[in-house]
Amino acid sequence: MATAVQPVVERENYLNSNYGIKSWLLTTDHKRIALLYLMSITAMFWLGGFFAMMIRLELLTPAGDLLTSDTYNKMFTMHGITMVFFFLIPSVPAVIGNFVIPLMVGAKDLAFPKLNLASWYIYMVGACLALWGFLFGGVDTGWTFYTPFSTSYSNTHVVSVAVGIFVVGFSSIFTGLNFIVTIHRMRAPGLTWNRLPLFCWSNYAASLIMVLGTPVIAITLLLVAFERLFHIGVFNPQLGGDPLLFQHLFWFYSHPAVYIMILPGMGVISEVVTCFSRKRAFGYEFVALASIAIAVLGFLVWAHHMFVAGISMYAALVFSLLSYFVAIPSAVKVFNWTATMYKGSVRYETPMLYAWGFIGLFTMGGLTGVFLASLGVDVHVTDTYFVVAHFHYVMVGGMVLAYMAGLHFWWPKITGKMYPEAPAKLSALLVFVGFNLTFFPQFILGYMGMPRRYHAYPPEFQVLNVLSSAGASVLAVGYVLPMIYFLWSLRYGKPAGPNPWNAVGLEWMTPSPPPTYNFDETPVVTWEAYDYEHQPQEEITVGH
Amino acid sequence: MVQQRDTATFGMWMFLLTEIMFFGGLFTSYLVYRHSYYTAFVEGSQKMNILLGAVNTAVLICSSLSMAMGVRAAQMGNKKLMVILLLITIVFGFGFLGIKGVEYHEHWENHEFPGPNFHFETGDPAHPATDPMHTEIYFGLYWVMTGLHALHMIIGIGLVTWLVLAGMRGAFSPVYYSPVENVGLYWHFVDLVWIYLFPLLYLISHKHS
Amino acid sequence: MAQPQQHDDEYTHVVPASLYIGIWATLMVLTLTTVLASFAELGWANIVVALLIATIKGTLVVLFFMHLRYSPKLTIAAVIASVFFLFIMFSLTMTDYISRAWSTYGGH
Repeated sequence: MATAVQPVVERENYLNSNYGIKSWLLTTDHKRIALLYLMSITAMFWLGGFFAMMIRLELLTPAGDLLTSDTYNKMFTMHGITMVFFFLIPSVPAVIGNFVIPLMVGAKDLAFPKLNLASWYIYMVGACLALWGFLFGGVDTGWTFYTPFSTSYSNTHVVSVAVGIFVVGFSSIFTGLNFIVTIHRMRAPGLTWNRLPLFCWSNYAASLIMVLGTPVIAITLLLVAFERLFHIGVFNPQLGGDPLLFQHLFWFYSHPAVYIMILPGMGVISEVVTCFSRKRAFGYEFVALASIAIAVLGFLVWAHHMFVAGISMYAALVFSLLSYFVAIPSAVKVFNWTATMYKGSVRYETPMLYAWGFIGLFTMGGLTGVFLASLGVDVHVTDTYFVVAHFHYVMVGGMVLAYMAGLHFWWPKITGKMYPEAPAKLSALLVFVGFNLTFFPQFILGYMGMPRRYHAYPPEFQVLNVLSSAGASVLAVGYVLPMIYFLWSLRYGKPAGPNPWNAVGLEWMTPSPPPTYNFDETPVVTWEAYDYEHQPQEEITVGH
Repeated sequence: MVQQRDTATFGMWMFLLTEIMFFGGLFTSYLVYRHSYYTAFVEGSQKMNILLGAVNTAVLICSSLSMAMGVRAAQMGNKKLMVILLLITIVFGFGFLGIKGVEYHEHWENHEFPGPNFHFETGDPAHPATDPMHTEIYFGLYWVMTGLHALHMIIGIGLVTWLVLAGMRGAFSPVYYSPVENVGLYWHFVDLVWIYLFPLLYLISHKHS
Repeated sequence: MAQPQQHDDEYTHVVPASLYIGIWATLMVLTLTTVLASFAELGWANIVVALLIATIKGTLVVLFFMHLRYSPKLTIAAVIASVFFLFIMFSLTMTDYISRAWSTYGGH
């Protein structure tokens, strides 16, 4: 019996509503802008990964035999700059936040859609400026640009890279500004602050930091550029300047910046843990307020990066004490996620695997941060691999895992397709194993005294370094696989319905992929956040 | 409509908060060095022309008045008055920049610009310069802080010019004048920065005068 | 959708021209005052007086020319928050510089 094959008419959505490069480059649709950012930051991630590979290759042997010390300096500098400013800071906000926040609040778009597009262009200009500096000789000052080396002695492209970071900072500021105004002014009827998804709370807190902190690094890098060009003397001891003033101004932003990086990731974890435990968030108000507390307290602790730099003992005591306090709201969140899972109906899909990885690894990274806040310990381990391990635990073990969790969780919404679950689980495992193999030995190395930013080291440290480099290759495979299967899923992935995870949230009440204007009618919210008790039990979709 | 204009104004305020922190970094640097090198700062400050500085302060305050009245005229739908007041604002803005230019020229001629050609003398043989190297930092901050301020003024003049052109084409009315309001906010902010710059740079002390 | 506000906000409220002129006159007088005060020998109080006058001028500009007096509470909270963080930047940085001389190492 012949059956007529009916052509499948694809529902109109934001991806097929308009074709052509102009419709992408001149879009003001937050969803398309999110994808533009996805492409940009993925490219920068691989660039940063390339620099990391050079570092780990060099450190396979104790002698500085692969790269000269000057070139090695450039590698770790460019690795840090690329990863911090061009990957981590925009990652969750600019990709996932841009896509999901208007959906989560029931709006058609962000408050200032054209400013959103301008943000991406500003990012691209900043990235091009920095890349120009990288390509035509690189920069070797460390991502921290400490003076007077960066202002008076370095012979590399400090100004172009510093100006590139200055420019990309405005991208961050405008994104944060957009989020703050959107969350205040564009929530759907019935969506009170107490019903807002925790992902919005976390991004709101991160946006506060973006708006208040980023301008300070902007002026600081501008002063570095002026110092290099006009020899003003503000940071040069030979001209009466104080290098520590640079460090105060630099870290005033760069410490809160780490909270810009982690808070959106914590927001992702809140969404994933509640969905895959099928339970409302334990202590919702505490988690929400903890986000704000992290943002506020994060501004009070910056000089813990300067304990051995020459600040006064009394200032060091003040900053050490304040640094202990900032750990408390982060711990509150970890306890609350754990309590959310307790007696929940837990599922083991890939986003949840990454969330577990996050909770464990972020806890380790956070605790070692508390060790570093202690003056006595810090004097011993500062500027060693202990610090390197600490921040990679929070930024990679924490933030990158959260970013992966978010990409996998919202992939069906963004593309309308499920990613294949089996390779995804394998990648998550490879990332977890590879990450620990790379960075756990570094805690030991640092404690034993191996300094950071050196391309040569005493032979007794080699075994741990080899383990670390081996781990890095496993980690790299863990990152390559998702590139492959995500792209595969675009064509061959199982079609996802509006709510493949059977999650609670406005973004799951619109088709996948969503139409350009998100909702056919403005939704009215009458339920509490994470109202899983009243969510009908349905089969969830798993890709294969 | 109410929601839209409230939102635009809130957005402009958010941007101004970033500007507060941006200039804040410079004020922090000023605070640190004034604390450490007070005498050098006093000596440097003697070279500031208080009369021109005070006149410039008055010019900016007048420009704020004309700007505020211009917003008010837009609010009341008086297109012609709004355009005139905004033009007056632009004139005051150029006046400020002109006077600043005169000051800059004088400082440049006297080698009071940081770098290899910097040269500082108090001009009083009884009180020679205590610390020219640290006074160079004072001048460095002076040029960067007032220079950045002047750059913001130029941008402000550009924005007000755009308002004049759009206003003459009838773009604004009592129900839609938020661009005028928001540019006004920016303009007043630039005035606010100068209100702090003037005493901190020009009026440190007159012990030697 | 939010209901149009019934009370005065920066859009429905028209500030009288006389108030603007009064603020302008006050600002001019305060400018003259600050210049004259700088010629008085008050020692450490000079900077206090100068900043006090500047802050009064600034507050008048922000409240009346920038309409903060008639703005939503949220805007007022945002301005106060940023001033707070500005002061954190000033004060915590200065804890370092002020206390450096308190302990001397080797008589330096």
